[in-house]
Amino acid sequence: MQTNRVASGGRINRGNAVNFTFNGKAYQGFAGDTLAAALLANGVDIVGRSFKYGRPRGIVGHGAEEPNAIVQLGSGAQTVPNLRATQVELYEGLEAHSVGGWPSVDFDVREVLGFMGKMMPPGFYYKTFMRPQNLWHFYERWIRKAAGLGKAPLESDPDCYDKLNQNCDVLVVGAGPAGLAAASAAARAGARVIIADEQQEFGGSLLASQQQIDGQPAMSWVDERLAELGNNDNVMLLPRSTVFGYYDHNFLGILERRTDHLGISSPGQVRQRMHRVRAKQVVLATGAIERPLVFANNDLPGVMMASSVSTYLNRYGVAAGNNLVLFTTNDNAYQTAIDWHKAGRKVVKIVDSRPEPTGALVNTAREFGIDVMAGHVVVEAKGRRRVKGAMVAPLNDNASAVAGAAIRLDCDLLACSGGWSPAIHLSSHTGAKPQWNDELVGFVPGESKQQERSAGSAKGAYSLAGCLQQGDEAGREAARKAGLDGESTAASYQVDEQPQQPQQAMFLVPHAKSTSRAPVQFVDFQLDVTAAAIELAAREGYESVEHVKRYTAMGFGTDQGKLGNINGMAILARALGRGIPETGTTIFRPSYTPTTFGAIAGRDVADLFDPERYTAMQRWHQQQGAEFENVGQWKRPWYYPKPGETMHDAVNRECLAVRNSVGMLDASTLGKIDIQGPDAGEFLNRMYTNAYAKLAPGKCRYGLMLKEDGMIFDDGVTACLGPNHYLMFTTTGGAAAVLAWLELWQQTEWPELQVYFTSVTDHWATATVTGPNARKVIEKVCDDIDLSNEAFPFMDWRDATVAGVSARIFRISFTGELSLEVNVPAHHGRYVWEKLVEAGEEFGITPYGTETMHVLRAEKGFIIVGQDTDGSMTPADMGMNWVVSQKKEFSFIGKRSLSRSDMLREDRKQLVGLKTRDPQDVLPEGAQIVNQPEHAPPVPMQGHVTSSYYSANLGHSIALAVVKGGHKRMGETVYCPLADGRVIEAEIVSSIFYDPKGERQNV
Amino acid sequence: MLHIYCPFCREERDEEEFSYAGEAHIQRPLDPESLSDEEWGDYLFFRTNAKGIHHEMWYHIAGCRRYFNVTRDTLSYQILESYLISQQPGVRAKQTASAEQGEQPNAN
Repeated sequence: MQTNRVASGGRINRGNAVNFTFNGKAYQGFAGDTLAAALLANGVDIVGRSFKYGRPRGIVGHGAEEPNAIVQLGSGAQTVPNLRATQVELYEGLEAHSVGGWPSVDFDVREVLGFMGKMMPPGFYYKTFMRPQNLWHFYERWIRKAAGLGKAPLESDPDCYDKLNQNCDVLVVGAGPAGLAAASAAARAGARVIIADEQQEFGGSLLASQQQIDGQPAMSWVDERLAELGNNDNVMLLPRSTVFGYYDHNFLGILERRTDHLGISSPGQVRQRMHRVRAKQVVLATGAIERPLVFANNDLPGVMMASSVSTYLNRYGVAAGNNLVLFTTNDNAYQTAIDWHKAGRKVVKIVDSRPEPTGALVNTAREFGIDVMAGHVVVEAKGRRRVKGAMVAPLNDNASAVAGAAIRLDCDLLACSGGWSPAIHLSSHTGAKPQWNDELVGFVPGESKQQERSAGSAKGAYSLAGCLQQGDEAGREAARKAGLDGESTAASYQVDEQPQQPQQAMFLVPHAKSTSRAPVQFVDFQLDVTAAAIELAAREGYESVEHVKRYTAMGFGTDQGKLGNINGMAILARALGRGIPETGTTIFRPSYTPTTFGAIAGRDVADLFDPERYTAMQRWHQQQGAEFENVGQWKRPWYYPKPGETMHDAVNRECLAVRNSVGMLDASTLGKIDIQGPDAGEFLNRMYTNAYAKLAPGKCRYGLMLKEDGMIFDDGVTACLGPNHYLMFTTTGGAAAVLAWLELWQQTEWPELQVYFTSVTDHWATATVTGPNARKVIEKVCDDIDLSNEAFPFMDWRDATVAGVSARIFRISFTGELSLEVNVPAHHGRYVWEKLVEAGEEFGITPYGTETMHVLRAEKGFIIVGQDTDGSMTPADMGMNWVVSQKKEFSFIGKRSLSRSDMLREDRKQLVGLKTRDPQDVLPEGAQIVNQPEHAPPVPMQGHVTSSYYSANLGHSIALAVVKGGHKRMGETVYCPLADGRVIEAEIVSSIFYDPKGERQNV
Repeated sequence: MLHIYCPFCREERDEEEFSYAGEAHIQRPLDPESLSDEEWGDYLFFRTNAKGIHHEMWYHIAGCRRYFNVTRDTLSYQILESYLISQQPGVRAKQTASAEQGEQPNAN
């Protein structure tokens, strides 16, 4: 039964009943309802339990500001937490649950344990649960269970989201009277306009208004504007679209909810769309939010904002009660009593804090026979699960205390208005500092920091005429500043409006008892912050509003304190004996209302999250059953397990094959930069630690690149392809950073050097054939060059034809074995690879992956930049001074740093090998190294393990590590205490475990 | 998200296309070996960290791959000009007080 639905009126479709459930119970509403409207229509008083105290809470507001009616929709993968029932459009089958309350909203454990209220002052968690510290985990479990604001789904989101980039001349935020007037004006001037509004219908406050514009109902004016804008190809209308953030350089984010009003899921459609808008000019017509009054038990269900009572009545045909007491500090809210009276419901009293209210609306109310109690305030609401009465007392002359005994007025609805707070959130996002305005009793937008202006009640204009005029002016100004010089005559909209008398500033309603003794007076409903808590924070020494915010949690909820913040700051200001402007306000930050992760991610999920790069031989690797490893965006074969083999088995087999016969690695992913120009040699000479200027065509050289601070940045081989022409190999992961590094120095420091860089990584496919039989394999498919050691020595390269394909063969080695790296144009990659496999068959050629590559190079003590180095390692630390030239005339990048005092310390961490006492123990990479494991904590750290493997060739484990002063500690014993309690003993040895003289690569 | 004018592409583009490349106008000493550790350390590590007008390098990494300079107000994030590495800034810290807000001398 929709007990609270009035017989007629409202923008709902009474012919279209909609079924929904709330906390498992079935209800019915009408199309056009919000969930909140339908709940009120059905007489549902309690919609949630408060965060800290578990108090029953009802619907307070009607829009984004709603702090209590926070619901979770649906279940399973589609569930959406944290929605405001006031913004959820009703659809058939909607399933909603309140997020607070344990075990249920109707029965909350914490309310029964009412004493907890007194036990939970601000800072409660810090003060209580942090000691003893080890009990925190225990406390946390039940605190979270009881508190919670919704549950995240555990499954991945099945719905589809996307993003659109937009540009426009003028973005208008908000489609109330000011926003529509602005959009119309800007569009008439020829501007490309986007107008976005968070509600399902445009009109803003006019949707629930009884006012007239140009002699007709306000909504007719709205329809005219929409027709005008809708027919203009330059205008984009975005309803159900929240402008949630205003970022640098007039970049704004809009979340458009495209199908949420149709159902919980929308297969085949885009559920939500993120518009990323770069606007030349912005008009903020975001309206204002009515301010609650802070009195005792002001959180009882049935205590609502006055404008919300009117909105539910006028827009949804829902009367949220029967007997109304209106408590106000201003003329504006009298409209609610008038609306209520006109709807045939009883207005018990209007309680006005002002001693002599005389405004036009006041008189109208009186003419309707409504009794006004001037100079009175509601000091306390009575009731337990719903308001049953209001205690009303007279105020003294300066409104600082009650001046007499309170009387009780029976009522079931208490509408309140403490004035209005402009919605300055987006303006705050730009860094504009909100300005306090005494006359308006609120913060208005500060001086613009970006190309924006506010209009209408967002700027403190609370009359309809003022909103329309400011909107029109703002729209014309925005169009002009966007560079349009079309029509700019002012529009003239006629409104019959009577002037209003000044409101009274009232933030904490006086009570006969002190704030700390009176029944709780709530400031922030969502996080249960009370006036007493704020005063306590001030007594405890908190002065900055930002600190008080964090101490009391005021404004920390998902509503960001849209209702409570101003009252809280004012109460703090009074407690500190300061004015509100000096106390200031906290800074609003994006998002205005919570934004779904799905929309932020858009299509950048699953396969489209990050590109995957494959080499030309990928299909072959897959056919061989390779396991893959991610190296940057590349997918590289990790190892090739044969049936029944573990990873360990496969890697041991691959390692032995390379050392004993021949193996083959897909090395296509190594970064390759083609470098040309008359000064290319000189440039390389400056970038590398060793000499390149005299590298002859046909020759290769291994080099280290340092950052200017002397730390190793990348390594690799560079080949001289011809006069003034080089090919640089970089690490797979470092390719992009190296190219940027080369370009930085050429463009910014040495533009006089003529040298050009081109990334050719993807142009070439590389098969590294390595092992004692490598030459024999290549000989079978390459007969146009002499492959002998004399004619084609180590560290040379040759142009050759391999399996009929033009190739470059590089005799460089990362395994320490005879190696021939065959490079062919990528589109021939797989063909040549398969020919090499065929040719190697008689030698048992074994494809190997990155794991075997790592083991083999570690056996040789070859470093991997980024694994054995971490940006704090110099060539000397790595024992690589052999690659640092002291003879070069030019002081290469990083050279000067190598002689800084810190570089000469003897206790720098240096690369060494580690041999475990038990040859089968493989140290975990990252293991810490200490001298004395039994040392009392903190144990002095000596270094850590950087690479560690089992070497099948050597029959024992090997590890590379960086150890303080390690180069001079050969033969010493160190210890690695592990997380599992074991301590592994190891001996410091040379980092070269295999073929220390390097003879095998030179055959 | 910043909107940055690339003097090579001659357009304002989104920050996503660029990467920040540190403070501008820091010249590498011509003879590093002649510097004391302290002097070299100043070049290596010490930056203006300006509050207000700051000259900095940006790299159009997903565009023309050119480095250029930008004068940016680190308080408002307003970009006052883009100019070539070889050029000197048109806006300097001393002039900030008189610099008009909202003007972008070299952009567009």
